[in-house]
Amino acid sequence: MTLWYEDPIKLIANWLFGLMLGWGMPVDTANFVLTLLGAAFLGVVPLLFCIFLIWYERKLLGRIQDRFGPNRVGPWGIFQPFADMLKIFIKEFITPQGADVVPYNLAPILSVASVLLIWAVVPFSMTMMGVNLNVGLSFIIGCGGLGLLAIILAGYGSNNKYALLGGMRAVAQLISYEVPMVMSLLVPVMLSGSLGVNDIVQKQTVPYIILAPVAALIFFITSVAESGRAPFDLVEAESEIVAGFNTEYSGLKFGFFFVAEFLHAFTISLLFSTLFLGGWRGPFTDQVPLLGFVYLVVKTFIVYFLVILFRGSLPRFRIDQMMDLNWKLLTPLSLVTLLITALLANPLSGMPLLQAVALFLVNLAALVVLMSWAERKMPRKRKIVAKTRPLATPNQQDQLSA
Amino acid sequence: MSGLQIAFLLIGAITLFAAVITVSSRKIMHAALWLILALGAVAAVFATLEAGFFAAIQIAIYVGAIAILIIFAVMLTRRAMEDSGPQLNSTWPAALVISAGVLTGLVILLSSWGGFETRSMALPPTGENIAALGTALVDMNGYVVPFEVASLLLIAALVGAIFVASEPKGK
Repeated sequence: MTLWYEDPIKLIANWLFGLMLGWGMPVDTANFVLTLLGAAFLGVVPLLFCIFLIWYERKLLGRIQDRFGPNRVGPWGIFQPFADMLKIFIKEFITPQGADVVPYNLAPILSVASVLLIWAVVPFSMTMMGVNLNVGLSFIIGCGGLGLLAIILAGYGSNNKYALLGGMRAVAQLISYEVPMVMSLLVPVMLSGSLGVNDIVQKQTVPYIILAPVAALIFFITSVAESGRAPFDLVEAESEIVAGFNTEYSGLKFGFFFVAEFLHAFTISLLFSTLFLGGWRGPFTDQVPLLGFVYLVVKTFIVYFLVILFRGSLPRFRIDQMMDLNWKLLTPLSLVTLLITALLANPLSGMPLLQAVALFLVNLAALVVLMSWAERKMPRKRKIVAKTRPLATPNQQDQLSA
Repeated sequence: MSGLQIAFLLIGAITLFAAVITVSSRKIMHAALWLILALGAVAAVFATLEAGFFAAIQIAIYVGAIAILIIFAVMLTRRAMEDSGPQLNSTWPAALVISAGVLTGLVILLSSWGGFETRSMALPPTGENIAALGTALVDMNGYVVPFEVASLLLIAALVGAIFVASEPKGK
């Protein structure tokens, strides 16, 4: 008999199952209905949670920028996202003339779907997960591909050359950053010996951020780039190409792209904490499995805070700087870290402490070496045209800092 | 007719429909999008066979990389976006002969294949064995030669792409 703190989802599922059998439904139909309900739950709850995420991000961004953030609509502005939602729901859908109807309308749906699909394979506690897919990581990579498709459909279907340009730039950035992301995702696979996300979490007696810090770093950076957030938000640089691929979208369709971006940011934090920080692992998860869910939420919010901090404090990359970073630093670094893990992880697997220390140190050494090598390969393209002139200030110390 | 058979028939119908529209569409961009649907339906077929790894990799590689590449190629071609020209060019009799010949060859080959009557074995309850796939790809008695040849092909394509895209030296 599962207690409430062991697996509340299973408890509710058993109760509903009993209810439906009592109504006289055959067992297969009852199972099917339960599966549908579970899928609907897993699809709707992240979308509803996005309301909280939007508020959290706006408040945090405001505080980083030394202002309050929304604070008028409700105490601490917590009803601001509801006001936003209401506004977006009642706006008119303007379809541009000459737009290709099916790709134009399919793009926002595909954009949100590709993010929600990832939630199906993430383990929320020891027994709570959507599907215990034994190829969960390949599934996640495939979902990234679907998101790319959504951007292309949006750019093409809008019949607008700025949208097309923005869409092409976005896809160029995204497919470039997929390469180091996939290679850095292979490192937890190698360390745990399985592609399934639940297996990776269960094998993390030592969190993989210690065993593979470089892979974690690469995964974090490339995930932020994949989701199109600052500092990699060239795809929607508002002052440059209007709004990129979502120029021609208004109302709820734009709302879908907006929600997809916020949810993607949270999803990458979720994935990072699952794959590299140990997911639901923590003290006392054996006795109280629900505590695993709490640990996961805490870890995810720490990483999400970091993602928002990136957005609030870093300037935007130029496209050539972005490509330089990807191809000249991240890809060689991910290849090297793959080699290091392949060479060191298996022979030392009997001695966990030695393995952890050796992997950590060699990873850091590789990071330092490759960053200094890449520094020389990525020239700043600055030409000195004149000597700096002294400042005209009355203070003597300011003169020296000219 | 079990549920799995109904699902397979549906997915097969979608694949064939999408494939036919791919080759007969007037706008090249639409053809690319219908191709994506056909490739996605093939991934669904893999999923019905419980080959989850192949389904995921099919989506990741075909839809996420190859289809995007096709769309890039279409979009970077001059005026291909508005291109909706005639569907047949002057060499259509030769194309008809060749495709009819290939179709006849395939039908003859497949009619003598015994695989249509054999029942597929159920996978073990732990699911597909990806470790066996990995081992087979590097095994001397396995598929290491095609694996290495494929990687050589990719290197050749990469070098060719860099050469084509590089700026002309000198001048």
